[in-house]
Amino acid sequence: MRGVHYVLHAPQGDTYADLLFTMIERRGERPPVTYTTFQARDLGGDTAELVKRTVREAAERFQPEALLVGESCTAELIQDQPGALAQGMNLTMPVVPLELPAYSKKENWGASETLYQLIRNLLKPQVPDQPQHDTQAWKAEGRRPRVNLLGPSLLGFRCRDDVLEVQRLLTVHGVDVGVVAPLGASVNDIQRLPQADLNVCLYPEIAESSCSWMERNFGIPFTRTVPIGVGATHSFLVEVHTLLGLEPPAADEGYQRSRLPWYSESVDSTYLTGKRVFIFGDGTHAIAAARICQEELGFEVVGLGTYSREMARAVRAAAKQLGLEALITDDYLEVEAAMAETAPELVLGTQMERHSAKRLGLPCAVISTPMHVQDVPARTSPQMGWEGANVIFDAWVHPLMMGLEEHLIGMFRHDFEFVDGHQSHLGHSGGSGADTESPTTSNTDQAKTATGLAWTADGEAELRKIPFFVRGKVRRNTETYAREKGHLEISSETLYDAKAHFKA
Amino acid sequence: MGANLQKESGPREVFCGLTSIVWLHRRMPDAFFLVVGSRTCAHLIQSAAGVMIFAEPRFGTAILSERDLAGLADAHDELDRVAKELLQRRPEIRTLFLVGSCPSEVIKLDLARAAERLNDELHGRVRVVNYSGSGIETTFTDGEDGALTALGPLLPSTDERQLLLVGTLADAVEDRLIHLFTRLGIQTVRSLPPRQSTELPPVGPGTTVLLTQPFLSNTARMLRDRGARVLSAPFPLGAEGSRRWMETACRDFNLPADRVAEVLDPLERRAHQALAPHRQILQGKRIVLLPESQLELSLARFLQRECGMELVEVGTPYLNRELMAEELALLPEGTTVMEGQHVDRQLDRVRDSHPDLVVCGMGLANPLEAEGITTKWSIELVFSPIHGIDQAGDLAELFSRPLRRRQRIEPALHPTTLHPTVHA
Repeated sequence: MRGVHYVLHAPQGDTYADLLFTMIERRGERPPVTYTTFQARDLGGDTAELVKRTVREAAERFQPEALLVGESCTAELIQDQPGALAQGMNLTMPVVPLELPAYSKKENWGASETLYQLIRNLLKPQVPDQPQHDTQAWKAEGRRPRVNLLGPSLLGFRCRDDVLEVQRLLTVHGVDVGVVAPLGASVNDIQRLPQADLNVCLYPEIAESSCSWMERNFGIPFTRTVPIGVGATHSFLVEVHTLLGLEPPAADEGYQRSRLPWYSESVDSTYLTGKRVFIFGDGTHAIAAARICQEELGFEVVGLGTYSREMARAVRAAAKQLGLEALITDDYLEVEAAMAETAPELVLGTQMERHSAKRLGLPCAVISTPMHVQDVPARTSPQMGWEGANVIFDAWVHPLMMGLEEHLIGMFRHDFEFVDGHQSHLGHSGGSGADTESPTTSNTDQAKTATGLAWTADGEAELRKIPFFVRGKVRRNTETYAREKGHLEISSETLYDAKAHFKA
Repeated sequence: MGANLQKESGPREVFCGLTSIVWLHRRMPDAFFLVVGSRTCAHLIQSAAGVMIFAEPRFGTAILSERDLAGLADAHDELDRVAKELLQRRPEIRTLFLVGSCPSEVIKLDLARAAERLNDELHGRVRVVNYSGSGIETTFTDGEDGALTALGPLLPSTDERQLLLVGTLADAVEDRLIHLFTRLGIQTVRSLPPRQSTELPPVGPGTTVLLTQPFLSNTARMLRDRGARVLSAPFPLGAEGSRRWMETACRDFNLPADRVAEVLDPLERRAHQALAPHRQILQGKRIVLLPESQLELSLARFLQRECGMELVEVGTPYLNRELMAEELALLPEGTTVMEGQHVDRQLDRVRDSHPDLVVCGMGLANPLEAEGITTKWSIELVFSPIHGIDQAGDLAELFSRPLRRRQRIEPALHPTTLHPTVHA
């Protein structure tokens, strides 16, 4: 935002957070945050006085239009009540105290709560006695309909370009964008929020509580569909048009305006059919990815999960539709275990899933925060809207082995350059990482698995003939089959039996 | 006389000691660093090192929860559980560092006792030590000081005559220095920290210590307590500093001066040759160093004496006047040395003096660049092979590079006049 300053009661060292903005987001200005940076020797003195001094200095130096005051995890322990202190200082600008329980809540909750408190504090004087709002008032007033875009922020996933893309999308359909918040918004912009006909909630993790508050107090409805993917973008347009009393757009607009549909239909993409995908990320991006994978790219989603507990219900519902049990966790080891268990051919996840995918030797693309600097690219790369779908097609297909190479490695396994697991289009030699089928490879006649099953030498040899990325799954299926049938030994015949049994 | 020593307090823009994990985990790959702290601590480490993709994690955070704070769960039992799970997953770990943080220090979680208890239980298999990397007690490189001090009790005792190089060095630099000391006539040269956490060097009355890094106050004290002699020398940055540093050790080993000169003279000549192109760029340029790592004084001394730069202000997070005595003596009369920080006021001074180069942290680097002030981000100095006479050219290059870069790309990126068209 602009014109809003944040005084954060925090120990020396917590300023590392500035780097997220100056390095990862590559901003050319310091974040509008002043830290108290107390040290051990301050703890013997008056840390509350330190807070007051810092608030006074920040207010004088930066002259913000509104001041946020909060504490970090360590300051929470010493309980100086910085928000209340600042409120008692008779500052000229509005002061918004923040209560962010660091030991039970996390980043997205903090962002959502801060936006909510800021909007609530700044808009309170405007709240009418009775919420009354007409989403079609624009017709009577003889102007184009106007919506707010709520949710985009720094350190969000591709927010910069999503805003541009959604703005373009809406403008093409005759809808104006009023305020974009919090990204780039000023205090004055926040005060203009109620002037819109409709709120567009682009990132529910950040903006849903604010949208919901405005709906309760002003009667302004908000959109529930996040336009990531061709299908979702269409649903989103229909939702916006319907709420604003506009004629919904043509059903084939996505086909006309995005390249994903044709790229995905073209014969080059046939080999993508049924590729097994494991999806993990924030709720919004995970749900969107599942729909794209299943309906638009023809993948098979074999795992779906999120770390956003606030989105758990929606993710569970999406998983259920795919016949899956959603994984709701913030423990990366649990995610890694689930990933290993489902033996996917592609992982769509966060920066953390890249670690696990490397360990398991699986191709991976990043679809959600947490992210690192390479996911704040210079080029335009939205995830939302028609162009977002184009970006997604390229990004998600790229880590997979290209079709011809996949066929040839399936046929000839004795090459000196194109060896098992090699992906020459990624430009490096050797396999793509760890060998997924390492636990039982050995030169002995029989190798026992952890479950007591034994692979015969000829069973092992047959398994090695299975193309690299599906080998993990075939191993698992064959072992499951052997257990079901009560076989203690797995030969090449067992493998073919299992293959017929599971039709894969 | 000497430098003009000043102090300042206020908001600081520095890393906490936890950051030391980012390089220590590579120096000792068989060690694991378990931070006991909050999500903030976990986030710090992940943000700093997470751009690398780890197949096997080398560090982690035991995150304190509300239950731990409310005393509902016995924090010690929890910690034991987490540590054991971790060691089960990573059986190849030989040394486990329990790293204290602000939250764990504020609630007075006794990690020293926890380390002792875990040591008893895991006897022989894994050694557990503890140090604090909290922001309230430590700044950036102080973390390494804490980690090395914590290894103190584990160092075997010896009476052997040896030279001990203390402080993290790049592998190649370490090899080179050891080779040179051997050529000079010192037969036994060891390093702390070692490359494997289990191969700790012995220490005792025969040990002569050369600190390679200026931020090792507590480690130096620990080694003195173990009977070692810690030499006072400028730090081995630049040709001059490195030479004086090596000569100090040679004197302690009573090596003949002409022999020392015979080995070092050609090195120094070559270093001057390597420095020349950088000196051309740096000569007469005005530089400000903001506080970050305690390397600032040594760097300023090198940049002024060997590269001809003019020192506007030299910041340091902490000044150990005894350890830095030799460096202070080499700074020009009246150099402003600022201990501590009020970041906003310091930035006001930077803008007022508009230096040619500012050495600063990454939180300030891009914002200053956007204001048209060339910066050298300081963290890189901790991650680069900069020690020794042979590295003087490379060290100077780290400072000349941003200036060269600006010279090279500025005309094209900020065109001031229209180029005449070809077919005029």
